[in-house]
Amino acid sequence: MDRTQLLLWLSFALFSLGFVGVMIRRNALVMLMCMELMLNGVILSLVTFAERSAMLSGAVLVFLVFVVAAAEIAIAIPIVLLLARRRRTLDVGAWSELRG
Amino acid sequence: MNLLTLIVVLPLTGFLLNGLLGPRLGKSFVTVVGCGLPVLAFLATIRAFGQLDGAAGLALVESAYTWAVVGDFSFDIAFYFDRLSALMTLIVTGVGSLIHIYSTGYMKDDPSYARYFAYLNLFLFFMLLLVLGRSLLVCFVGWEGVGLASYLLIGFWFEDPAKAAAGKKAFITNRVGDAGFLLGMFLIYYALGTLDFDAVNAAFQGPVPPAVSASLVGVLLFIGATGKSAQIPLHVWLPDAMAGPTPVSALIHAATMVTAGIFMVARMSPLYELSDTALGFIMVIGAITALFMGFLGMVQNDIKRVVAYSTLSQLGYMTVALGASAYSVAVFHLMTHAFFKALLFLAAGSVIIAVHHNQDIRYMGGLKKYMPITWITSLIGSLALIGTPFLSGFYSKESIIEAVKISHLPAAHLAYWAVLIGVFVTAFYSFRMYFLVFHGKERFHQGHAHGNEDDVHHDAHHGGTPHETPWVITGPLLALALPSLAIGYMTIEPMLFGDFFGSAIYVADRHPVMHELNQEFHGAVAMGLHAITTLPFWLAAAGVGLSAFFYLRRPDIPAAIQKRFAFVYSMLINKYWFDELYSAIFASGARLLGGTLWRRGDQNIIDGLVVNGSAHLVERFSRLVKAFQSGYIYHYAFAMLIGVFALVTWFARLN
Repeated sequence: MDRTQLLLWLSFALFSLGFVGVMIRRNALVMLMCMELMLNGVILSLVTFAERSAMLSGAVLVFLVFVVAAAEIAIAIPIVLLLARRRRTLDVGAWSELRG
Repeated sequence: MNLLTLIVVLPLTGFLLNGLLGPRLGKSFVTVVGCGLPVLAFLATIRAFGQLDGAAGLALVESAYTWAVVGDFSFDIAFYFDRLSALMTLIVTGVGSLIHIYSTGYMKDDPSYARYFAYLNLFLFFMLLLVLGRSLLVCFVGWEGVGLASYLLIGFWFEDPAKAAAGKKAFITNRVGDAGFLLGMFLIYYALGTLDFDAVNAAFQGPVPPAVSASLVGVLLFIGATGKSAQIPLHVWLPDAMAGPTPVSALIHAATMVTAGIFMVARMSPLYELSDTALGFIMVIGAITALFMGFLGMVQNDIKRVVAYSTLSQLGYMTVALGASAYSVAVFHLMTHAFFKALLFLAAGSVIIAVHHNQDIRYMGGLKKYMPITWITSLIGSLALIGTPFLSGFYSKESIIEAVKISHLPAAHLAYWAVLIGVFVTAFYSFRMYFLVFHGKERFHQGHAHGNEDDVHHDAHHGGTPHETPWVITGPLLALALPSLAIGYMTIEPMLFGDFFGSAIYVADRHPVMHELNQEFHGAVAMGLHAITTLPFWLAAAGVGLSAFFYLRRPDIPAAIQKRFAFVYSMLINKYWFDELYSAIFASGARLLGGTLWRRGDQNIIDGLVVNGSAHLVERFSRLVKAFQSGYIYHYAFAMLIGVFALVTWFARLN
């Protein structure tokens, strides 16, 4: 098993871990963390392929994605915080105001 | 050289000024604009008439602007001024101006003074468009426009539902006729590709008649004329049109608008000359109208309605003359009638003012000594109407009767008897009204007491005595009385037997009525002297004598006749039940149809299926997809991931 394959398997494992986490957990913070895991899994595969094809642009893109992810989490965490203050819970099942 | 456009535009300016600014600028402004512009139009007409003489019998043609261009055909707003339209324009602006002046007196206390003059000017504008239009289309625009103005003026006092309804009745009845007019116009355009009077008439006059049935076109156009000129069976609107102000009745419903149908048929004379069927149809309709509408005038008690039925009957006379190919005689009668009938209406208006807006002739009587000018002018009008020798009505009516007698159409014999009996009837109802209004016992104090005719007026102080009306009212009466006396005598020779109309009216050699009439004619004086030996004169005299005997000497006799022949009386007072018949068939039919369309079509299909149906469909679909919107974030996340998987799978398969 060469290095590229190993890294891709790792990327898959990270993504799956995050996916399952988002699906089965109800805690808003854990779900956010799992989403980060999925994102990082995808980024890992991006870096791997960039290295393999010897292109710098892939590596540069990764930094952009990090910035976006940081901004996203900077917004998401205060939202979760505000929600938690209202209902004193982090369970996303407590929120269904958008029900049609 | 835009004289014709000027004639038409002047009243339009009056309408715009009075309609938009009138209520703000006050009464004197409205009076000056409302009366001044029609008078200016009249002067312009006289000038144009002078130019016509210079043009040696040729018509003046003037194009104002191009209205629309369709393919290679352009509809021009163009004016056509030959002797026929010149005569009509003179009548319209001349009589119209007098009636405008009269109106300033009649309507002086009306709160909607400016609106009234705006409408009156609007009417004049459309009427001039009608008579001056070069093509049938422009004529039709005027035709519809005068209908609109008539509707607005009949319903002028629209606060009264009965008057508003009378306006609607006139408008709707005219639409029936207009449908015929439109169809006739379509056929002419289909066959000839043009609607210009000169081109159409030249085509129908040519050696090869156009490939269209002249009978069909003629009858269709005449159906339009039955609506506008109130011939049976579309006459029902005219008596109700008396709901409008009296000057309106004089201007629109006696002197000008109702003669539009007569004018149109005379204008299209080459077409009618091709078809004996159409002429016979016209003659029968005219004869029935002339006689049977006259009968109705004998029992009416409303002063304006008597004059209205008289108008219907006289329009019938004109129509009969058209049917006999005596177009110039019809237009001649149209002209004399415009003067004496406008005079009679305005005199009736003067009487109505004097007796404080009571229109029932049973509560008048003896007005002769209180209003001498109205009395003498009414007498002149009535004498002219019944055809007293040397007065204007005599020449035109006598010529009509002679023309019908000479005519060789199958219907002419019947029509001859109808117009002959009509003479007696006309004399009877005219003088019944005249005697009841101006002679006999003074009954005008009973009007307010409602009813008791035997009741001698104890309350002489009640309501005050009638007095003569101001000069703005009597002035036009005198101005109309002069032509009522003399115009027939003066113009019969050039108009009927001279070359006045030139090529404007065409009579085929197959119908030599005018030629034979000319052979019997030995000057206007001889005709008047000869009258004493003719049947119509004695019939008219008998009518006057009988009405004098009935209503001055023995008022008990008409009452007895009324009781004896109750059925006939009720038939006449109910106007042969035309209104009831129409309301039973057409009005209820239309209501039934409308109700069905409303319930089935509108409520079920439009509202039920289309409007509410589509809303229900959307609602049902929404209920279905609403289930997906649980509001739980993990459901959305799950759906999104499934979607991403599906997309990726699809993308992978694609490569």
